[in-house]
Amino acid sequence: MPKTVALVGTDAVAEAMRQINPDVVPAYPITPQTAIVESYAEMVANGLVDSEMINVESEHSAMSAAIGAAAAGARVITATSSQGLALMWEMLYIASGMRLPIVMANVNRSLSAPINIHCDHSDSMGARDSGWIQLFSENAQETYDNMLQAVRIAEHPDVLLPVMVLLDGFIISHSVDRLELLDDDPVKKFIGEWTPRLPLLDAQEPPCWGAFDGLGGYFFEFKRAQIEGMRKAADAVRQVAAEFAEISGRRYDFFESHRMEDAELAVVALGSAAGTIRTVVDRMRAEGVPVGLIKLRMFRPFPVQELVAALSKVRGVGIFDRSETFAGELGGPVFVETRASFYEEPKKPLMHNFVYGLGGRDLPQDLIRQAILTLDGYVQKGTQDKTVTYLGLRD
Amino acid sequence: MAVKLSELTKQRELLTGGHRLCAGCGASVAVRQVLHAVPKDTSVVTCCPTGCLEVSTTIYPYNAWRTGFIHSAFENAASTMSGVETAYRALKKKGKVSGDFRFVVFGGDGGTYDIGFQALSGMLERGHRVLYVCYNNEAYMNTGIQRSGATQLGTWTTTSPYGEQSFGKGQNRKDLTAIAAAHNIPYVGQAAVHNWRDTFTKAGKALQAEGAAFLNILAPCHRGWRYPMEKTIEISKMATEVCIWPLYEVENGKWRLTYRVRNKKPVRDYLKMQGRFAHLFRPENEGVIEQLQEFTDRQWESLLERCGEKA
Repeated sequence: MPKTVALVGTDAVAEAMRQINPDVVPAYPITPQTAIVESYAEMVANGLVDSEMINVESEHSAMSAAIGAAAAGARVITATSSQGLALMWEMLYIASGMRLPIVMANVNRSLSAPINIHCDHSDSMGARDSGWIQLFSENAQETYDNMLQAVRIAEHPDVLLPVMVLLDGFIISHSVDRLELLDDDPVKKFIGEWTPRLPLLDAQEPPCWGAFDGLGGYFFEFKRAQIEGMRKAADAVRQVAAEFAEISGRRYDFFESHRMEDAELAVVALGSAAGTIRTVVDRMRAEGVPVGLIKLRMFRPFPVQELVAALSKVRGVGIFDRSETFAGELGGPVFVETRASFYEEPKKPLMHNFVYGLGGRDLPQDLIRQAILTLDGYVQKGTQDKTVTYLGLRD
Repeated sequence: MAVKLSELTKQRELLTGGHRLCAGCGASVAVRQVLHAVPKDTSVVTCCPTGCLEVSTTIYPYNAWRTGFIHSAFENAASTMSGVETAYRALKKKGKVSGDFRFVVFGGDGGTYDIGFQALSGMLERGHRVLYVCYNNEAYMNTGIQRSGATQLGTWTTTSPYGEQSFGKGQNRKDLTAIAAAHNIPYVGQAAVHNWRDTFTKAGKALQAEGAAFLNILAPCHRGWRYPMEKTIEISKMATEVCIWPLYEVENGKWRLTYRVRNKKPVRDYLKMQGRFAHLFRPENEGVIEQLQEFTDRQWESLLERCGEKA
C-alpha cells in the first residue's frame, strides 16, 4: 500500500533514489542540495541500498565520475545546485553528447554574484541548451514522481539522454510537504534493469568512448542524432507518464492546465510558484476574472505545438520567469521560448513577461493578482507599453 | 624475476601501431612500457585527458587501443576514471561484471600537473585502485609548446619566450612526484622512457598496489624540445645522468633510488642537446644555467636524504 508521509523535498529525492538503488552516486554537497547527499550517505551507511558513493572533490568531478561510471555500464544518479551546476557546465554537454542516461536532481538556486543561496532558476536555465531533458516540479510529490520517471525517460532506447529533475531551493527542498510514497516492489518493477550500451567493462569487445572527431569526421551527424533523441524524448515522457499513472494513479504530461477551458487570460509558470498562482487564479475566478494557469513541467524538450494549442484561444498570456537572459526586452527564457513558439501562428495572444523571485524574493498572492490585473489592462487596451515587468522589486 | 626484452616483444601490444603520434614521440613508448606490465588474463580500461596521446590514438572511426578507452575532457581524467573504477566495484558486487580489470590513466603534464591537478589529488586521496601515469614532456605540446607547471626554469616555450626582458620560463617546475607521494598512497614512482626495465618494474608494482598509484614518466618531445627525433632515448638518459630527472620510487612510504648515478654530470650537458635551452648559452643568460644547476642539486640532495643514500 502506498503510504502518505511528511518529508522535506530533499528527502523526497533521497527516498526516490533509495527505491531506484542506482549503482553509483558521485556527489558533492552544496546548499540547498546538501541534505540529499547526507540522507543518501546514511542510507548507504545503513545498508538500505547497495550503491557505491563517490565523495568527489568538486561538482566538475561529480559529473566527470558520473560520465565514467555510466560509460562503464552503471546506472548513475547525482544531485547539485547553483554554482555546482555551473561548475559542471562543461561536462553536461559531454554527458548528453555521449548519450549517457544519467539522472540528476538540481535544487534550483540563484547564481552569484552577489552570492545568494535562495531559489531562482538561473542555474538550470543556464543549462537549457546542454542537451539535457529538464523536468520541473511544483512540490515534493512531483519531485519524487519526476525522479522515478526520469530514470525510465533517460534510459528509453529512443532517447538515451540525461535528465535533470528540478525542484525549487528551500521552497520545496527544505519545506515539509505531504506526499504519497509508492511501495518498493512496484517501483522496482517500474524502474527495471538497465542493460548498458557498449559498456567499458566489456572484456571481449572493449569500446572506445569520447573519440576525437575532427573536420573530416561525423560530428554534425552525431549532433543531428542527438537532436532526434531529444525530439523523441517528448513521446517517451508521455509513454513513461502513462505507465507511471498505472502504478501511482497520478497523471503527468508536458504541462498541466488549470481552468483553461474558457480562459481569456492565462499565466504560464514553472516550479513551486504554480501552487500560489493556482490559488490566486481560483480566487480571481470567483470574482469573475476569466483566468487560467499552465504549469510547465517539461522545459526540455520544449512542447511547442502543445503549448501553442493550449494558449491559442486566450487573449493575453502572463509568462512568469524566475531567471533572466539579460537580453533586454526579450525577457526571461520561458517568455522568449513561448513567444518564439507563436512566430508561425497567424493569430497570437498578447504576451507579457513577469520576472519574479530572483535570489529567493517572495512571490505573495497580491503580486500575482497585480500581475494578472496588469495583463488584463494591456489586453483591454489591446497594446502594452513594455514587454517585461519585474514583480516585487524594491524601489 | 628478471624480465627479458625479447619476451616483452612477443607480447600483444595494447596500443597498436598506426596511431598518429609523431615518429620519435616519448609518449607512446611510455604507454607501451606500462601496458606490458599488465598481468595476464586481466582486462584494462585506459583513459586520457585531452592531449596529444588522446587526439592521436582515437581519431574516429579509428582507435589504436586494444583496451576499453574513455576520454571525456581535459581536467578530469582522474575523476572520470574514478567513476569507471567505482562502477566496476559496484557491478562486480552485483555479479554484473566478471573477470579482473585494471584501470590506467595516461595524462600529459598539462592534464596532470596543472588543469587536472585537483581531480588527480581527489582520486589519490579517495584511494581508487587506478594507476595514473603522467607522460611528462614538460609543456603543453598538443596546443603547440606552451609552458606548464612541469617546465624547467629558463626553458623556451611559446608562452615563455626569451627576449630583451625574458630568459624563458621564470620559475622552477613543481615536484609533482613528491606531491603525489604526500598523499600516502601505496605506490609512487618516477621513471623515464630510456630505462624500459625500470619503467616496466615500476608499472608492475603500481598495478599490483591495492589502491591508487602514480607514475611520473619523462617522455621527451622532439617537436617541443627542439632536438633531432632519433635522440629521444639519449636525451631521456642524459636527464637522469645530470640528476634533473632522478629515477626513484616511494613504496608504502619508503623512498628508494632505483638508479644510482655514478658520475653526476653538469646540467649544462643536458641543456646543450636541446634547442629549447639554446638561448641560455648566450652571455646575457649565463646565470640562469647556474640557477637551474643549484635547483637540481638541491632537489637531488634532498632526494638522496629521503632515500637514505646519505651517511
